[in-house]
Amino acid sequence: MNNPLAVVGRFFLNFLAAVGRLAVFAGRSLAATFSPPFYFRLIGQQMLVIGYYSLPVVGLTALFTGAVLALQIFLGSSRFGAESAVPNIVVVGLTRELGPVLAGLMLGGRVGAAIAAELGTMRVTEQIDALITLQTNPFKYLVAPRLVAATLTTPLLVLVADIIGVMGGYLVGIHRLDFNSMVYLKNTYDFLEAIDVESGLVKAAVFGFLIALMGCYHGFHSKGGAQGVGRATTDAVVSSLILILISNYFVTEAFFSQ
Amino acid sequence: MIEVPRLQLSGVCKAFGANVVLDGLDLELAKGESVVVIGASGTGKSVMLKCILGLLRPERGSIRIDGEEVVGLRGAERERVLTKFGMLFQSAALFDSISIWENVAFGLIEGAGMDPEQARAIAIDKLAKVGLGADMAEQDPARLSGGMRKRVGLARAIATEPDIIFFDEPTTGLDPIMGDVINNLIVECVRDLGATTLTITHDMSSARTIADRVAMLYGGQIIWAGRVDEIDSCGNPFVDQFIHGREEGPFELEVT
Repeated sequence: MNNPLAVVGRFFLNFLAAVGRLAVFAGRSLAATFSPPFYFRLIGQQMLVIGYYSLPVVGLTALFTGAVLALQIFLGSSRFGAESAVPNIVVVGLTRELGPVLAGLMLGGRVGAAIAAELGTMRVTEQIDALITLQTNPFKYLVAPRLVAATLTTPLLVLVADIIGVMGGYLVGIHRLDFNSMVYLKNTYDFLEAIDVESGLVKAAVFGFLIALMGCYHGFHSKGGAQGVGRATTDAVVSSLILILISNYFVTEAFFSQ
Repeated sequence: MIEVPRLQLSGVCKAFGANVVLDGLDLELAKGESVVVIGASGTGKSVMLKCILGLLRPERGSIRIDGEEVVGLRGAERERVLTKFGMLFQSAALFDSISIWENVAFGLIEGAGMDPEQARAIAIDKLAKVGLGADMAEQDPARLSGGMRKRVGLARAIATEPDIIFFDEPTTGLDPIMGDVINNLIVECVRDLGATTLTITHDMSSARTIADRVAMLYGGQIIWAGRVDEIDSCGNPFVDQFIHGREEGPFELEVT
């Protein structure tokens, strides 16, 4: 029978080794991102894939989240006569938290999985080896464009998600909860502060970076054919979602702790 | 004056954990020579190629290209050495996200920094050399058959006119006729370029067509090497068993 301490120790050492490998990979990726050659055409392609093609899923998520938020806040706040706070709470809740986190989670599933599957397939079919033999650094050609594109486009997606989410709350507010349109919009605008949006956009950039990093890392290290690519895809999604939730706490602390 | 070998491996060792794959491998290729390394599956033929290309790092031993030690080279130094190489991968390893001509021209555009229009013209010329028309140039590689993929892979391997070309199982997965077509294309293209080639295969028909010299890899070492016309009478029981595909013999095969 295994010694329980040995099991814990082995688990801890494996965890540290995995963190070390990820840190080395992140370091090499960042070095590749900030040194020439820069593949602007690939960055543009990835911005299209990550940003533009994710608009429908992120927009729909934001629309219904804003709508449900307005409904729930109205139902809850009516218990103590604070129904007028609905526009204020909707806009702050969306811009600070729900916009970036939900967009991040949706992108983690959609984009993280796609990156891991693509790079994983390239790894097991020797395409990454072929890149190297053709004197092309895969960190510069494959990883850096995805990191740059995800880090730049996720804030733009979150900005759109914020606007659509507020619109979802507004539609429920005026059609379902009998708010006056002008009053709802004025309350939303008056209550919103620059830091609410800024913190959400910074979170979005962090989430975008983490999603692309985890997708690239797991895809890059996949092995064992189709099963290995499947495992890499699952690992990329799970790890990026966990890292989004953990980093969300720390970015929130950095912005709003007293 | 003794000519420096194009490629020289001395005492190369590579293990994955407890599994020793290369155990003091020695091999030399002269300039313009075509050497085929034969051996059963899992004997380390691909690992040997990956060690030479720097995709894997051997634990011990020396690998010299034109007399220059390449073990441990990194970054720009490694990329400089890689300009001497072309490679046809077992699965062709074509990039699915770009067209056929962009695959062939990839090393010219990304590696050598050539103008894309000039590189496109060279790519179409190389495609013609492997029997593919210019009308194929814009097509998606994912739609190609196995034989076509190998041809495009061969065109990509010779596009930069390298000094050394590796062929990793060039006929695996192909029918005998297409295998023969690929073998002949390899011989023609290599003759035109005057390149040194190292091929790994367990297809004896391929080996007899391509090789000037054959070497047999077993137990992590080259256990026999000689001219291709000597192979049938070499007297080495391992080689004899392998080339005749006999079950009985000195090979210890793990049949589970």
